[in-house]
Amino acid sequence: MAEPLIRLVDIHKQYEPPGAPAVPVLHGISLSISSGDFVCLMGQSGSGKSTLMNILGCLDTPTRGSYFLDGEDVSAMTSDGLAQLRNKKLGFVFQGFNLLKRMNVLDNVALPMVYGGVSRDQAAIEARARLAETGLAGFEDRLPNQLSGGQQQRVAIARALAMHAPILLADEPTGNLDTATSEEIMKMIQTLNREQGMTIVLVTHESDIARFGRRLVRLKDGVVVFDGPVAEGLA
Amino acid sequence: MKSPQVIEEAFRALATNRMRTLLTMLGVVIGVCAVVIMMAVGRGAQSMVNQSISSMGSNLLIVFPGSQTSGGVRFGAGAAQTLTVSDAQAIATVDGVLRVAPVVMRSFQLAYGSQNWSAMVAGVTPDYFPLRDWDTETGDLLSDGDLRSNARVAVIGQSTATQLFGDESPIGKSIRIRNLPFTVIGVLTRKGQSLDGRDQDDGVFIPLSTARQQLVRSAFPESVAMMLVQAEDQQSIGPAEREINELLRVRHKIKQGQDDDFSVRNLTAIAQTAAIAAGAMALLLGAIAGVSLIVGGIGIMNIMLVSVTERTREIGIRMALGARQRDILRQFLIEAVVICLVGGLIGTALAIGAAWGIAALSGLLVEISIFSVLLAFGFSAMIGIFFGWYPAKKASRLKPVEALRVE
Repeated sequence: MAEPLIRLVDIHKQYEPPGAPAVPVLHGISLSISSGDFVCLMGQSGSGKSTLMNILGCLDTPTRGSYFLDGEDVSAMTSDGLAQLRNKKLGFVFQGFNLLKRMNVLDNVALPMVYGGVSRDQAAIEARARLAETGLAGFEDRLPNQLSGGQQQRVAIARALAMHAPILLADEPTGNLDTATSEEIMKMIQTLNREQGMTIVLVTHESDIARFGRRLVRLKDGVVVFDGPVAEGLA
Repeated sequence: MKSPQVIEEAFRALATNRMRTLLTMLGVVIGVCAVVIMMAVGRGAQSMVNQSISSMGSNLLIVFPGSQTSGGVRFGAGAAQTLTVSDAQAIATVDGVLRVAPVVMRSFQLAYGSQNWSAMVAGVTPDYFPLRDWDTETGDLLSDGDLRSNARVAVIGQSTATQLFGDESPIGKSIRIRNLPFTVIGVLTRKGQSLDGRDQDDGVFIPLSTARQQLVRSAFPESVAMMLVQAEDQQSIGPAEREINELLRVRHKIKQGQDDDFSVRNLTAIAQTAAIAAGAMALLLGAIAGVSLIVGGIGIMNIMLVSVTERTREIGIRMALGARQRDILRQFLIEAVVICLVGGLIGTALAIGAAWGIAALSGLLVEISIFSVLLAFGFSAMIGIFFGWYPAKKASRLKPVEALRVE
């Protein structure tokens, strides 16, 4: 069997707040996600889904266990190596959009390319193209707070696409949006999965949102309690 | 991220908090301004001293007669008549001595036409002028012939010339000194103030022989008021000073344990002390100003720490998008350096303006050197790096997941 794009082996995570007892969050999670999959992570708050997402996003490191991303052992990497991995392999979409409010839309989308060593002119061209793909042509010079929530999230998606990363990690991407806009954003993400073969991992607690996905992974108290097709898991 | 972009970003970040940036910068502006001005004033003072030193002549010793006691009344230093022309001739043979110029002097009322003026009249030998590195602007210096023939000729200073002659050319004119007519044969170049603030250009120089026989007559016709001795070079000043001391003690038949009836002063040493003092003053002023620059730097550190805390989330986002620790470090460091360099630029401009003002209002010599400007600049950049380092390091050490969690 070919190496999957993402492979987690017995991942444990516990938080160790200074001067307080350690808080275990993940208890041995093993998970493989192959290229082109659309995985929805569900679970109640405290189930560990955000923690798992942070580990998948190389924003946090597991206390124990191994994480292979595209065949590379992430657990052994330095912070610079992780930064590079985030830059090249991962695109992030957050609940709160997380755009830099001082920068205009174009610069926000270009930012990952700037850190990726793409030349300035090339980055601007690419950023324009990504904004056009997400339906935001003409908004390049606006500041994030001059846009609606849906538009801001589309800027964030354009930014996640900037480096042509194979994986999109979306953490409650519709949490701050109304139903109609949520639908619009989810369709856009679905299209990315279906037409461009982007691997998507999406955290949500809404079944309506999870329906856009293909596979469902449900967490409870730090362990996987369900892993199968969305249709089965939501039934 | 490439440097021009980082710098642009720094300006953008600083522009979002204009008031805060300006106030932070003010610390550096004042610091740099103070450093540059203080150094300019200090250097100005130093070069004033140096000018005075070089106007005196180089490698100079001055020999004065000692004090005299007559009937229990002690006269001050220089009152004795013990130093003679033959002493001067003897000193001229000492190793390391280049020239000796015996001088007699007294203040006289001068007159030309309807003008009159009181000035110091000095009887000197031709050696006096090269010894003091002094030449005429117009006309001639005194010659050996003038000395031999007791000629009534005079070389006058610029100030004296102006007082007596105004715009007229003094050359060939006859002035009266205590009613004796003297022909002006030369006007000296301008020398300016001496170390003690006297106008060196106000004086009349006549042949020593003429002065002794016709003007400054005394009971000791051989005596002179002082002697200027020029050593061959700086190294020979010390040995020459000691040897002159010994020679004069022998010539004046002073027994062991008895006090000298003369004194030898090393003017170069005195002047150098003054120069060192002025230099130390400049350094002290600069150091005091430097303290204000450091205070400005602490202000920067303070604000950068606040800024890092405020922008924790931004740092998290940047890290999520692929910023490495050094990218974040550089970003914050450059912000601090930009504050410092822009502050340094403004501070230097203000200092140059202020230096002009000071020079115009007080007449003090104020010298802004490229060196002090570069120093202030380099120093402010260093302040930026030094005080920006800790906050920047703190920012770069943030964990992405924790930085993103901050609202």
